[in-house]
Amino acid sequence: MLKDITIGQFFPGNSFIHKMDPRMKLVAVLLYIIMLFVASHPLSLIVGVALLAVMYAVSKIPAAMVLKSLKPVIPIIIFTSVLNVFFISGEPLFSWWLIEITKEGITMAVLMSVRIVCLIAGSSLLTYTTSPIELTDALERLMKPLNKIKVPVHELSMMMTIALRFIPTLIEETDKIISAQKARGADMETGGLMQRAKALIPILIPLFVSSFRRADELAMAMECRCYRGGEGRTRMKQLHLSPRDFVALIVVIAAFGGIIAMNMLLRP
Amino acid sequence: MSEFIEAKKISFSYSLEDEKEPVKVFEDLDFTVNQGEMVAVLGHNGSGKSTLAKHFNAILLPVEGDVLVNGMNTKNEEDLYNIRQEIGMVFQNPDNQIVATVVEEDVAFGLENIGISPAEIRARVDQALDDVGMSDYKQHAPHRLSGGQKQRVAIAGIIAMRPQCIVLDEPTAMLDPRGRDEVMKTILRLNQEFGITIVLITHYMDEAAQCGRVVVMDGGKIILDSTPKDVFSHVRMLKNVGLDVPQATEIAYEMTKAGYPMPNDVLTEDECVQELARLIERTAHARRKAKEKKRK
Repeated sequence: MLKDITIGQFFPGNSFIHKMDPRMKLVAVLLYIIMLFVASHPLSLIVGVALLAVMYAVSKIPAAMVLKSLKPVIPIIIFTSVLNVFFISGEPLFSWWLIEITKEGITMAVLMSVRIVCLIAGSSLLTYTTSPIELTDALERLMKPLNKIKVPVHELSMMMTIALRFIPTLIEETDKIISAQKARGADMETGGLMQRAKALIPILIPLFVSSFRRADELAMAMECRCYRGGEGRTRMKQLHLSPRDFVALIVVIAAFGGIIAMNMLLRP
Repeated sequence: MSEFIEAKKISFSYSLEDEKEPVKVFEDLDFTVNQGEMVAVLGHNGSGKSTLAKHFNAILLPVEGDVLVNGMNTKNEEDLYNIRQEIGMVFQNPDNQIVATVVEEDVAFGLENIGISPAEIRARVDQALDDVGMSDYKQHAPHRLSGGQKQRVAIAGIIAMRPQCIVLDEPTAMLDPRGRDEVMKTILRLNQEFGITIVLITHYMDEAAQCGRVVVMDGGKIILDSTPKDVFSHVRMLKNVGLDVPQATEIAYEMTKAGYPMPNDVLTEDECVQELARLIERTAHARRKAKEKKRK
């Protein structure tokens, strides 16, 4: 059950998108997300969806992966849709007692759902096609200027790398602890919310203890390998911008421009 | 052979919060490792062998005495990273020493720390992965590898730094027999082909038997220090400190005890088979002679 978590999981590949400079990918995804929220007309959102579909096709990431990454946000989508449908005023389509459903409400609910789906799928595409190391590397380099105002950029990116590295290990460990506790008669499937929350304690405590032990050992292993912070450190993989990165940037900017134009032209 | 690691009269103790007296791990311990040799350090839990290993690359500093690595004192802070470049360390749990999420990035980690140029890192990483036979897994995520493979990646991360010596602290303790075999073969190769000095801390007697020198520790003291053949001939002494002997030696020992004398320096399976065959032949021969005598 815990193996379903896929956010932050890299799918090695050799596509156009895999080969892009991670810095450019980050910038492009940021632009894309802003674009989703700039797009106010349903038609302009279709551009966003189309762009996403094309990117997924190019990256050769299986569609099943996209659906998997969307699973955890379904409750959020339902929640925002319900809010939008019932609480946006406008031309009433249906009304009964205090409940009023408006045309604007439905439009807004659909737009918002599409936006959230695109947002998650778009950022998942980034993590599917970029190894976490490349990603933290890109973040470290993009945030380098912050070093001047004493933001520990290298340390932050190191922490992120290690966190990403240990997610699968800790998930595996959690599974093991759950099995071990079940074998000792722990009941995790029945009872009310409080009881289930209580049932988590015997899982979390061993997990914490072992995480601390792991952290201790990892720190020692890193020290043995001459780790001493970001100063004087080199990187094996250097980042280079190539023509392909500018092509991608142009595509995203073109879509962005198109959406702004549509917003202005299609305004009711 | 010149001395590569030299521990001179070192003592180490640590204090626990609820006890006034510090706990002594060892006192006035002398230990040397020569350039190019392969030493196994044996001892049951709490014998101080892991603590000793941590003194070799200045993770721990002796309370008294000095540890010299290639002439550099581990107490000298300026030499800290030089020492750690010369002595690599591999730990028991491969999961807890792999830093990166891709195999080759992890092998590059140490090299990045010491500021090697990117092109040189690339070359050394490829070479190191090739040396441990993990080239096909360059782009893999570490958590998808088997224990033995992970441990070989950890070893690659160390040899990429081109150390003169590798200290391995029970590197096979968490592995299945196959992984153990893979790792042992890799270690032996590093010693024989590349001349890297190896200090192997282990629980497995069969692994120790493959080393050139075996050191047995008990209660913070070195009680035996010799060739495997010599060390494992002291079966009773080893058993007294809670250690085993290789299976082959055990068989020979038990046979001798049961009245069928076998040499006490049998170490490998092959030797054992040969000696047993010889013993059977000898016994059969003796029986035949006895029968003939009876008939006469």
